[in-house]
Amino acid sequence: MSETLHLPVLRFGRPYESLDRLRFNVDGQAIEVSLANSGLIRRDLKLIPEAVRRLQAIPSAKLADAMEKAADLFLTGNLPWGLGDRLQSPDDYVAVLSQLTGMPLSLGRLNMGKVHAAMANIRAVMAGLTRGMSFDLFDKGFIRQDGLDVNFFPQTDSLGVLLPSNSPGVNSLWLPALVMKIPVVLKPGREDPITPYRLVQAMIAAGFPAEAFGFYPTSHDGGDALLFGTGRAIAFGSDATVRKYAPYRHIQVHGSGRSKVLFGDDFADDWRKHLGVVVQSIASNGGRSCINASAVLISRHGAELADALAKELAAIVPRARTDPQAVLCGFANPAVARGINDRIDELLQTPGAEDVTARYRQGPRMIEAHGQTFLQPTLIACSDPTHPLANTEYMFPFASVLQVPQAEMIGTIGESLVVSAITHDRDWTIDLMTSTNIERLNIGPYPTNRVQWEQPHEGNLFEFLYRRRALQGDLVAAG
Amino acid sequence: MSSTLTVPQAQAALDAWTREMIAWHFSPATGCDYWLSWAKEAGWNPLKEINCFADLMRFDHFDDEVLRKEQPERFVPKAYANRPYNIFETGGTTGMPKQRVGWDDYKVDYEEFSDHYGPDFFPKGTNWLMVGPTGPRRLRLAIEHLANYRGGSCYFVDLDPRWVKRLIAMGEGAMARKYQEHVIDQAATIIRHRNIQCIFTTPRLLENLAERMSLVQAGIKAVFAGGTTMTPQYVRFVVEEVLEGKINFAPTYGNTLMGLAISRKLKPEDKYSLTYYAPQPRATLRIVHPDRPNELMPYGEYGRVELTTMTREFFVPRFLERDEAIRRPPCDEFPWDGVGDVRPFQSLTKTIIEGVY
Repeated sequence: MSETLHLPVLRFGRPYESLDRLRFNVDGQAIEVSLANSGLIRRDLKLIPEAVRRLQAIPSAKLADAMEKAADLFLTGNLPWGLGDRLQSPDDYVAVLSQLTGMPLSLGRLNMGKVHAAMANIRAVMAGLTRGMSFDLFDKGFIRQDGLDVNFFPQTDSLGVLLPSNSPGVNSLWLPALVMKIPVVLKPGREDPITPYRLVQAMIAAGFPAEAFGFYPTSHDGGDALLFGTGRAIAFGSDATVRKYAPYRHIQVHGSGRSKVLFGDDFADDWRKHLGVVVQSIASNGGRSCINASAVLISRHGAELADALAKELAAIVPRARTDPQAVLCGFANPAVARGINDRIDELLQTPGAEDVTARYRQGPRMIEAHGQTFLQPTLIACSDPTHPLANTEYMFPFASVLQVPQAEMIGTIGESLVVSAITHDRDWTIDLMTSTNIERLNIGPYPTNRVQWEQPHEGNLFEFLYRRRALQGDLVAAG
Repeated sequence: MSSTLTVPQAQAALDAWTREMIAWHFSPATGCDYWLSWAKEAGWNPLKEINCFADLMRFDHFDDEVLRKEQPERFVPKAYANRPYNIFETGGTTGMPKQRVGWDDYKVDYEEFSDHYGPDFFPKGTNWLMVGPTGPRRLRLAIEHLANYRGGSCYFVDLDPRWVKRLIAMGEGAMARKYQEHVIDQAATIIRHRNIQCIFTTPRLLENLAERMSLVQAGIKAVFAGGTTMTPQYVRFVVEEVLEGKINFAPTYGNTLMGLAISRKLKPEDKYSLTYYAPQPRATLRIVHPDRPNELMPYGEYGRVELTTMTREFFVPRFLERDEAIRRPPCDEFPWDGVGDVRPFQSLTKTIIEGVY
């Protein structure tokens, strides 16, 4: 066994080895993660003005260059692996990620590719967020656009982020903040401290000042210190997390996505042609993302659609983490899988729902295979849209099928992160675009996990961090 | 000042003290109504059967619910019948708090604490500030007595932990933070405008105070803290950063039933892991098996904290605290067992509101 790897706390440029540690064992390699106490985080927040100064000293366009360079380093580079001289190769990263989170190597690489793309496409991402404003905005505070002087100012001097462990791809959300010259204070998820750590290392190696990053593996109390100590913060979590932080305007909370696929009446009879899109929406990334569909609504052929989907989903079986065909993720904590499985069985006791996948699945929903605990894909046919399983989300390929008239769909879906509406119905499209409960809308036969870099995901980070100010008069001083 | 006894001498002293205290509490001329009545129905006679500390295992674990249910008068020893008493409370976030009676015990405990640290640690003749739970607590009188005993006076800023716990239980985290800020505002004001060199507070409030100001620059020379869990990392953080490596730090473990246990001086090899020693023989701490509390845990292992308090004022045999700790051996300063890295009992499996003030 090689020497213990130690992931330190990063205190805005200073690595810190804590006496409180999380310990993991990855194929005989001991890994320790330093845990920050909440008071330490609160004290460090005093370092933020210096972090801002460091970022201010670099033109924003150069930071975008650095982000593009960091993208390649993240994907292919050998980067510092905790304290000491050891370097982490991309394969090391994927192997450890897989072991800690239960994610197959193939999905780990896929996510790595997604994060890489988000970084490499930073210019497109920034253009999407700012609607094409020049990077000068972040250097001078204002730009001239269409003959008008436009001034935006930061609403915060830092962005706190409470990260989840379910999927590394989520890290792409905070990256643009650095190009906008806003330092970040990160609390990694318990099972995935290594993705944000590798990202930070890639960005430092590419030219970002180390002082711009706070990296604090910590407790709930420490998470609160971070969320309440930064002017703007993003928290990912369960519905309970949403309830806890919803009253605070400076915290953007991302709970369950409850994303959906809707078949318009114009496509309902052709549902079979688009089965692949629906399966991808439900099962891509192991069903772990908030952008995975958890319900499919159609106005007719509901039973046939459910049966066909169940058959397709049941064919996705647990495989070894090293199998290139693997799609399902094991659960790092088997108790979580057990809890979800028991909950689904309990809710199936309420009349009006059937686990259609049970017809086709090999073995029970929860199984032990390849040294891991898996939940096999589950498709529930619900005859009642108010059934407790009709609009819920779990961290594996899980979805319900509901037969609902098109006119009632928008009123039925509730808050939904992504909706893929498979339709070309102009009037209904307008209704969808003016609805208030959809965060991201795909029109046409596109899976819910489709990414277009110019479009913001989960709110517009630029608008969250910056605010426009009326600006008039002589701008001589501003140059 | 450390104990001058050897380990066997300390054990002999504890046994002798046990005999003396049993004679006191179970003799009709000196004992209290509660224990004398208990003895009548116990079916055994402590006066005959308790001859050393180990014999106390004859007692069941003390149920502190009686401190809620019974009138405090029932715990007044006959020998104290003519002296008005203090009532000290603990708990009480909801419902009836637990109450104990007392006269001079807190003075004895805190004078011993003071003597342990000598004249310079908390500079003699300087003023103190207590920031924390005052109200019906023993601690409030104890800290003032400590300040007076060392030739100084004590300023106070109160924090009501019952209200903080209730706010948190109600999900009013924002209000709890505002209340905490309000407390720190008051403390910072006193420190800025009065000549304070010593502070008693809880670890969390100490952190908050140091976020407002450099305590070193404010002229603070020593801090006495207790009340919540302090992990080694936490102690290191307090010593290195909150106190900037320049202010004396005396962490303690204590409560209304025990008094206070002093921590042995930290050495580099401790890696900031604290070990507390009860004020033996007046109070004794044992680390027992959580499921078989008659068994002592081996040294170096976590177990539940069991407290026995034996003073002339108060008798509590074998009370199982809501804490767990590592059993540690006697040391240079204290020739009896210590308790290390105290934390709430089963804190790794339960959600506990702690460290909020």
